[in-house]
Amino acid sequence: MSGRGALRDIPPIVVVPAALAVAVLVLPLVALVARVEWSTFVADATSPEAMSALGLSLATATAATACCLLLGVPLALVIARASPGVAGWLRALVTIPLVLPPMVGGIALLFLLGRTSLVGQALELGLGLRLPFTTAAVVIAQVFVALPFLVLSVEGTVRAAGTGYERVAATLGASRWHAFRRVTLPLAAPGLVAGTVLCFARALGEFGATALFAGNAAGTTRTMPLAIYTAFNGAGVSQGAAVALSLVLLVVAVVILVLVRGWRPGSAA
Amino acid sequence: MAPGERGVNASAGQGAGTRGTASPHRTVTDASRGALTADLALARDGFELDVSVALGPGEVLALLGPNGAGKSTLLGLLAGLLRPDTGRVVLDGRVLDEVAATTHVRPEHRRIGLLGQDPCLFPHLTAAQNVAFGPRAAGRPRCEASELAGEWLDRVGLGGFADRRPAELSGGQRQRAAIARALAAAPAVLLLDEPFASLDAEIVIDVRRMLREQLAATGTSAIVVSHDVLDAVVLADRTAVLERGRIVDEGVTAAVLAAPRSPFTAAIAGVNLVLGAAAGDAVLAAGHRFQGVAVDELHDGEPAAAVFRPASVIVASRRPEGTSLRNIWSDRITAIDPAPGGARLRFEAPALQADVTAAALAELGLAPGDDAWLAVKAAEVRVHAID
Repeated sequence: MSGRGALRDIPPIVVVPAALAVAVLVLPLVALVARVEWSTFVADATSPEAMSALGLSLATATAATACCLLLGVPLALVIARASPGVAGWLRALVTIPLVLPPMVGGIALLFLLGRTSLVGQALELGLGLRLPFTTAAVVIAQVFVALPFLVLSVEGTVRAAGTGYERVAATLGASRWHAFRRVTLPLAAPGLVAGTVLCFARALGEFGATALFAGNAAGTTRTMPLAIYTAFNGAGVSQGAAVALSLVLLVVAVVILVLVRGWRPGSAA
Repeated sequence: MAPGERGVNASAGQGAGTRGTASPHRTVTDASRGALTADLALARDGFELDVSVALGPGEVLALLGPNGAGKSTLLGLLAGLLRPDTGRVVLDGRVLDEVAATTHVRPEHRRIGLLGQDPCLFPHLTAAQNVAFGPRAAGRPRCEASELAGEWLDRVGLGGFADRRPAELSGGQRQRAAIARALAAAPAVLLLDEPFASLDAEIVIDVRRMLREQLAATGTSAIVVSHDVLDAVVLADRTAVLERGRIVDEGVTAAVLAAPRSPFTAAIAGVNLVLGAAAGDAVLAAGHRFQGVAVDELHDGEPAAAVFRPASVIVASRRPEGTSLRNIWSDRITAIDPAPGGARLRFEAPALQADVTAAALAELGLAPGDDAWLAVKAAEVRVHAID
């Protein structure tokens, strides 16, 4: 209601680029939906290849999100409570994977954990583990690109909540761990939910680092984005299948957005 | 009140521990709980705190003082949220801080509760869950803790509000819930930092009475920081006055208020205080001789204070002649403030206050900046020694 009144006060000319911006964002999706061959959509979207890719994507993205929560929430807490100088450095480090092209991340992971690297050789000789081109590699690549989203989102809310409530908890006899579980985490819930969703979405869409570090083997590392790429290039499934799979990912994204909006307390219905 | 009634003079370095007298009008239910002695020093940002505090089991000490005196810092040190530069804190025989031995017990293990001006209820928990927080943190089973929380909410008058979130409670209800939460954690000592400062005046009376009842019922000893003298009178057995990081006055509340040693104490007690040197039954100060009634043993030349009420001061525009008044001096008016039934005049040196009726003020025709003649009967002036 107040939005309409305020809209009258902006320069009329900005409506043109604003409308163009909407077109830039929406038209490609419209074009995608327009290309869907509905006669074969169900068959394309439920083909064994597609189902396998979707299953792998959901499983790896879920595993990656779990890893991010396990590692990212503690890191967020450390950054939020560190001195401003230390926090600044840590935040900058966390932001690097965010601005780095995922391909570069994939190569970096390969050099750290690949068979020719020290760590890779140690893992292979010591534990018999060979990471590259396995499903585990997919998860590692997704964690690498998705972790910053979770950390920065959680860190922001934890820092904003301050230490006042934790101090109160301490004077009530709560151990630091009890206060973390019962006070810090619940108060950070909005950032935690937003961060988890962003993290999951980023992991689901991850392509570059996965392609380089995990490869494109059907059933073990071919996630949805890789399956779409492969289908589009004509190998394996058809181009129609690529479109169908893209539509599935688009729907998943929209569903996630709707779920988060519905959850957020006090959000506009 | 005899001079001997004065309790501790906790000027720096005194071993105040031996003087922690139990309450004269309080039934102590658990004599072994809440005996606290603290000798603490902390220097910070050009501010120095150097204080000795002793608290008997079940005793309530009011800590009064102007803003910036270090009251909250002292509570932070006692609660373990801050660490002293030097000093020692002992609660019921257990050493909580011993800087020389690098002993520091974390806040959650000290059994010292802290309640501030802001109730700081956890916003994501209901009133009952807030109150149950302490017992749960102590490892009590969920059902037991929630039963205890229900009892506590009843005791503070919030029986029907167990399932309300803090946002659905009024300011007074939130502070009641915070008091219940603090006491449900069963601290040996409860530190209260201006607990009523954010409440409306008419609510304060009820909440203050409730707090007094619950402190007495649980035998919890407490330190109440305030700048409201009523908190000291209603809640506390003893009162200490903190100024610029040091305790300048301490003793049984009535004694401290009756014989103030510092301008701040005099101000909260609503009396005039003239500090100077004893001379017979008089105090020499600011070039004047304030003749009074000695309530202490006085030694000529030693520090002493003359205390009298603003209403006892007679104000005149010309020097009173031919009276039996022995205390007559002139002083410059710095301000005239409205007061019930008239006005309160503030004077420059000595810094005093005098109450006059509206009619008298009109007759005097005085304004700030004018000089006036002041007088006070010797019988209205109490003179006591300051050690």
